[in-house]
Amino acid sequence: MAKQTIQAPFPGVFYRKPSPDAPDYFEEGQVVQVGDVIGLIEVMKQFVELKAEVSGTLLHFSADNEAVLEAGDVIASVEVNE
Amino acid sequence: MIRRLLIVNRGEIALRIVRAAQEAGLISIVAHSEADVDTLAVQRADEAVCIGPAQAAKSYLNIPAILEAAKACQADAVHPGYGFLSESADFARAVKDAGMVFIGPDADIIARMGDKAMARQTAIEAGVPVVPGSPHAVNDVAEALKVVEGVGFPLLIKAAAGGGGRGIRVAEDSDALTKQLPLAQAEAQAAFGDGRVYLERFIARARHIEVQVLGDGKRAVHFFERECSLQRRRQKVFEEAPSPALNDVTRKAICDSAVALAEHVGYLGAGTLEYLFDDTTNEFFFIEMNTRIQVEHPVTEMVTGVDLVREMIRLACGQPLRMAQEDIALKGWAIEMRINAEDPDRDFFPSPGSVAKLTWPAGPGIRIDSGLYEGYKMPPFYDSLVAKLIVWDEDRESALKRAGRALDEFHLEGFATTASLHRRLVEDPQVKRGAIDTAFLERWLAEPASNRATVKEVIDEQ
Repeated sequence: MAKQTIQAPFPGVFYRKPSPDAPDYFEEGQVVQVGDVIGLIEVMKQFVELKAEVSGTLLHFSADNEAVLEAGDVIASVEVNE
Repeated sequence: MIRRLLIVNRGEIALRIVRAAQEAGLISIVAHSEADVDTLAVQRADEAVCIGPAQAAKSYLNIPAILEAAKACQADAVHPGYGFLSESADFARAVKDAGMVFIGPDADIIARMGDKAMARQTAIEAGVPVVPGSPHAVNDVAEALKVVEGVGFPLLIKAAAGGGGRGIRVAEDSDALTKQLPLAQAEAQAAFGDGRVYLERFIARARHIEVQVLGDGKRAVHFFERECSLQRRRQKVFEEAPSPALNDVTRKAICDSAVALAEHVGYLGAGTLEYLFDDTTNEFFFIEMNTRIQVEHPVTEMVTGVDLVREMIRLACGQPLRMAQEDIALKGWAIEMRINAEDPDRDFFPSPGSVAKLTWPAGPGIRIDSGLYEGYKMPPFYDSLVAKLIVWDEDRESALKRAGRALDEFHLEGFATTASLHRRLVEDPQVKRGAIDTAFLERWLAEPASNRATVKEVIDEQ
């Protein structure tokens, strides 16, 4: 089983939920599929969905909700399904 | 008279106001977020004060933090710029209650003109034509269908509290209206906390023309019009003054109507009345008023020679208008191109970054309003507008040529901008003819790229 990280494709503010009152898209330990939205990145007043590019178990979020990210910062790690 | 002006904004407009303050002999103080410590406005200001974290809600929109900072730096006036709190009646009131001068109209005028339904009612009272539609917010489908009898289709359903193009739906017929109305009301409630919507005629190929006014509470004057029809997602991209669509008679009528409305409400400060213009009938209709300085104010300054930011500071301090209408003359043609940190080749995706290299255009008729400098790192938190390239020349044709020349001189390395879009626009035959409407740019962008490709690109593809 390989571990893979999800990185910020561009700088911005990371959100783990679609709106302040909504639950998180994913909790640590949950299974994600390719294309699942795992967070939002706000850049210059635009919100862009961050999608999983692999399927597997979402092990850990390195970025907190509302964290300010640079491009390339690690957001989460996924244990990839073989 | 005031002495210490707190500027609660960022980017190019904060710098614009710093410059006006310094020329007026005022101490300029820029209120900034933690992310904006190194902006050019902060560097050029006499003083700076941090009002909170990067997120606008915690800094540029945080009224208690701003008032506290104003007190700490002994400001006696506050300029809100555009966006952020510039049209917040609560903020204007809070500034006044704290014993400071708000550079803008009174809170009650901001509230009255900021509410679209009330602004429309006010325009009708002042004898200003409005887009045919519901006289008040409509409550339900039955009421909406009654309004239709006098107005016809297609219709716009607009949120009373909406703005910037948000909260608008189009209904083509009764079925669509019946379906869309409850959705629009729910959407308005969710987005703005105010579910009121009203209806108005949808003019298929409308131009966006707006009139700049200044008022001293008693008297108002206009500074002619701007045409802002080139928009993408209802955001202005390219503006000019005057409008190529108006003849002298229509120009006088639309500008006089703006003065009538400003005087009707006893307007104080700088304001803009926005109109839809139907050039198939030469009809104009008031749509809304912005009770603040606007992004595109420089084109008006270029063709009238009046410094609007300087004047709005004087007016807020209680001084009467310095000019009569006959003192204000229109000279030449001005164009503003908004340079956004967005990539036109990637569907205008935001492209924040650091300025590696920067060369501004120069020479006759060129004005740059921008906070960019080499080494500046743009934060990802705010609007993507990074520069306004403004050109003036004696007529429209010359101004478009000069705009192309200026864009050729402009050079920025570090991130993509919309400058390349403008370079293509100023060469477009329809833009050159002035044959534009508010949907022109989106149609133009949707055309297959090959229609607009340069010879080289075409060869590369073959």
